[in-house]
Amino acid sequence: MSEKENKSPLLEVRDLHVFYGAIHAIKGISLQVYDNEIVTLIGANGAGKSTTLNTIAGLLKPRQGTIELIGQSLGGLGASRIVPKGLSLCPEGRRIFQQMTVRENLEMGCYTRPNSEIADSIADVFERFPRLKEREKQIAGTLSGGEQQMLAMARALMSKPSILMLDEPSMGLAPILVEQIFGIIAELHEAGTTILLVEQNAQMALHVADRAYVMETGKITLQGPAEELLHNEAVQKAYLGS
Amino acid sequence: MIFLDNLINGLSLGSIYAIIALGYTMVYGIAKMLNFAHGDVIMVGAYVAFCGLQYWGLPPVVAILASMAICTVLGITIEGLAYRPLRQAASLAVLITAIGMSYLLQNVALMIWGANPKSFPPTFINSTTFRLGQLRVSSATVITILANIVIMVSLTLFTAKTKMGKAMRCVSEDRGAAELMGINVNRTISVTFAIGSALAAIAGVLLCSSYPILQPTTGSMPGIKAFTAAVFGGIGSIPGAMLGGVLLGVIEIFGKAYISTELGDAIVFAVLIVVLLVKPTGLLGKPVREKV
Repeated sequence: MSEKENKSPLLEVRDLHVFYGAIHAIKGISLQVYDNEIVTLIGANGAGKSTTLNTIAGLLKPRQGTIELIGQSLGGLGASRIVPKGLSLCPEGRRIFQQMTVRENLEMGCYTRPNSEIADSIADVFERFPRLKEREKQIAGTLSGGEQQMLAMARALMSKPSILMLDEPSMGLAPILVEQIFGIIAELHEAGTTILLVEQNAQMALHVADRAYVMETGKITLQGPAEELLHNEAVQKAYLGS
Repeated sequence: MIFLDNLINGLSLGSIYAIIALGYTMVYGIAKMLNFAHGDVIMVGAYVAFCGLQYWGLPPVVAILASMAICTVLGITIEGLAYRPLRQAASLAVLITAIGMSYLLQNVALMIWGANPKSFPPTFINSTTFRLGQLRVSSATVITILANIVIMVSLTLFTAKTKMGKAMRCVSEDRGAAELMGINVNRTISVTFAIGSALAAIAGVLLCSSYPILQPTTGSMPGIKAFTAAVFGGIGSIPGAMLGGVLLGVIEIFGKAYISTELGDAIVFAVLIVVLLVKPTGLLGKPVREKV
């Protein structure tokens, strides 16, 4: 940690407030993500985890607070202008383009980059996700749940982001696939990808992450190294079911 | 022979409906709104071409291009000024705005060109009549059907192959996910209106080449029929617009020829009701899953 504090964070969120109409969904959260780490946001349903990611990605507008990516403010930019700055969100529920082929989905992930880079980027993600290569020409809506999640992650990687944000990647998947998805997250981390991970499966998330934030009703209530939180009594009781 | 005559006339009228229906269906598919002013853009396109031919002495091709250019600008302007501010509003508000825009265009046309019907001048489009034995086919019919085919093929290729076309499909399927790809949704919707309006200009010229009476309400009935055609074929689907438009034209002409001239329109709408009862998404429409 002390080593990291000397470096400036890749992503820095300060005092973020988000409203849905009159509902104060995010009440002043601050968080940092440093280069090459996995940071996870855990918490119960409705704690505001996805809202936080959607706000950072530019899909929602904060009422107050700042978001900086590599020292550059993202304030007021819409999602489509944030992507080329190096931030990619793999959204909750995957939201792949169901009627397009696997390859077309990946091409869309490369939308902000020059066309000349598409082929190389696709070759890269196919190496990491060989299953997708087999399904290249298949209509994405006909893939299995696990494959759709892989496609969503691969598509998010196509823009070669500095930070990859994953929102509930294990949601709705069979346990064996959950393991597989977390395996991929660990591999991406080893390859040097910085990840901000939102998960309801706190157990798995804390095992794969370097640091973690615990959110409750729009606030961060606990933070620290993932290893520490894994053994924290309050966290164990509330999120790890022990 | 009369049957063939009617069939060809039906295909020609249907092709015009199909070209107009494309504008409805693309805008609906991508912006998720019914642009009821679309029929009136056709009327504006026809008037601009009329002025080009009658007053400015432009060659027909230049007059048509000018009409397309002005309609494109008009479409982008309508979208930017009237619909874009309502992007997050209830769909009813957008619908009412579109109906208001339709009346606005009709009344502005009334102010500029007056209420008296204008006679659309003949051009190369309707200059000759081909004879095949006893069958007589006007060049307007042939050009209309060919234009429809060329437009359908080009649009299908455009949406399947080009970057902008693919971006349109993404926006159509999931606007939020499209934004997360870095797609500028507003720009994509603008381009959609631009294409739809340019096609409306072509439809206006083709319509007036076959039915050369031009007045401020010229676009309304074809507009409503083409909207029906888009729903008939499955709104949001490009091949659906083509199929719906052509079928509607053929049904209308056959209905008028064999059942009753007065009931022609009623027959068209009765067929629509039956199709929607049997297949609510239209002939080629896909059922849309409501997102939670």
